Amino acid sequence: MTETLLLVLVVVTALAFDFTNGFHDTGNAMATSIATRALKPRAAVLLSAVLNMAGAFLSLAVAATIAKGLVDAGAISLEVVFAGLVGGIVWNLLTWLFGLPSSSSHALVGGVIGSVLAAAGTSGVLWSGVLSKVLLPALLAPVIAIGVASVGTFLVARLTRGISQDVTTRGFRWGQVGSASLVSLAHGTNDAQKSMGIILLALITAGAVPADSSVPFWVIVSCAFFMALGTYLGGWRIIRTLGKGLVEIDSRQGMAAETSSAAVILLSSHFGFSLSTTHVATGSILGSGVGMPGAKVRWGVAGRMLAAWGLTLPAAGLVGAVCFWIQHVVGGFFGTLLVFALLVGTSIAIWVASRRKPVDHNNVNEEWDEAKGARLRTSVATTGEVGEPQVGPVVEERRASAMASAISTTGSGATSTDGKGRQS
Amino acid sequence: MNGLVEWSALGQVVVAGLVLGAGIPALFALGLRLVAGTSQEDPDAAQRRRAFTDTKGPVVIARPSPARLVGALLCFGTVVGAVAAGLVFLAAGGHS
Repeated sequence: MTETLLLVLVVVTALAFDFTNGFHDTGNAMATSIATRALKPRAAVLLSAVLNMAGAFLSLAVAATIAKGLVDAGAISLEVVFAGLVGGIVWNLLTWLFGLPSSSSHALVGGVIGSVLAAAGTSGVLWSGVLSKVLLPALLAPVIAIGVASVGTFLVARLTRGISQDVTTRGFRWGQVGSASLVSLAHGTNDAQKSMGIILLALITAGAVPADSSVPFWVIVSCAFFMALGTYLGGWRIIRTLGKGLVEIDSRQGMAAETSSAAVILLSSHFGFSLSTTHVATGSILGSGVGMPGAKVRWGVAGRMLAAWGLTLPAAGLVGAVCFWIQHVVGGFFGTLLVFALLVGTSIAIWVASRRKPVDHNNVNEEWDEAKGARLRTSVATTGEVGEPQVGPVVEERRASAMASAISTTGSGATSTDGKGRQS
Repeated sequence: MNGLVEWSALGQVVVAGLVLGAGIPALFALGLRLVAGTSQEDPDAAQRRRAFTDTKGPVVIARPSPARLVGALLCFGTVVGAVAAGLVFLAAGGHS
């Protein structure tokens, strides 16, 4: 009985991770299209959600095991997977709160490594695998993407020189939507498979399906659904950072960046050199700022993001390890239940914290104000343009002073009501 | 470091990434240029563009010659073909 309940908890948690994965990674594909207004924010996340869902069904070559080649396969149990998932979810939510794009798969890997460390000690982790499959690619991915995107952007900028801006904007918006769609589709295919793999592994471990089973249909459907749901709700905070924070982007840069992302992601999986979607997409957007003559890149924002990438593995690992210890100390099913309750509590706390400065489809495109700690100003709903925050008071002030000067020039002290008038 | 990074795979990703990732946007831009046309490339092109966009109004595009049109079609065709290839690749499960 408890075995079944444990399995249910793991499946629910895996779907929750799947949800945060979609939620966290919407920006990779759609941030640039939203920032350049090629698509309306809601339309963009809807398109991305549909394509993520389609992508999940597109290919069912199973991503066999979680963290393959990174941890000792013998150290994996349901409890370890559960603690790892919790670590991944918590880190995804925290980085979302701060609007930092970080790799969802790294968060998951970090969580699993942490819980394996807690369960089996350092011998359970294959460190050379971690170095060559996780750490080095994380350093290389943005470099490659920045290079490709900056060359692409530079070429585009040269070739479109002299063409009317109206024409380039209209043309490249189409190209942008097309390339962003490909990124969404690739994300659905790659990342939904990870959650499917985890659930399948859990089912096999619990003996619910035979060891050589393929992914059951309900697993495919639910993984696709939860990822699409997460994508549709949109991590607006991260979209904002990617679309407005890093680089002020136009549609030419957006098209070059998304094409570079799509190309590098697809090619890297083709040549068996797996790179994180997030790292590639972020690098591409940075590259589109580097390659565009005269564009401004906010390296401060990029630096914060890099720091978050560096922290992803240890931080998610720490959460994973702590979760495993709690499970272990409390023991049995109640330990797992306690960790689950803690996860729900933490998630709600993070959500409540996010409501203090909400970012949604209404204010996602507002001017980025780095000096003021990226505070948001209200925008005019119809145009999406940033409005003056204090239109009313400013106008009144101006009117009062204008009146005062007008009154003093007429020189008639009796009718004036201000101090100056009374004095004369 | 040797053995930790599959340098050949990395090299392939970089080269192919540059060809496709930078080449496709460039082709797209070239196609757009052939259709929309700015026949002369001169240093004051940027200035003219600025004058163009400052005066609001419909943008008038001269009808491109057949040769340009064919060139543009080739460019856009290649771009669409590359995207289609990407789709086929995804559907074939070529990811790892």
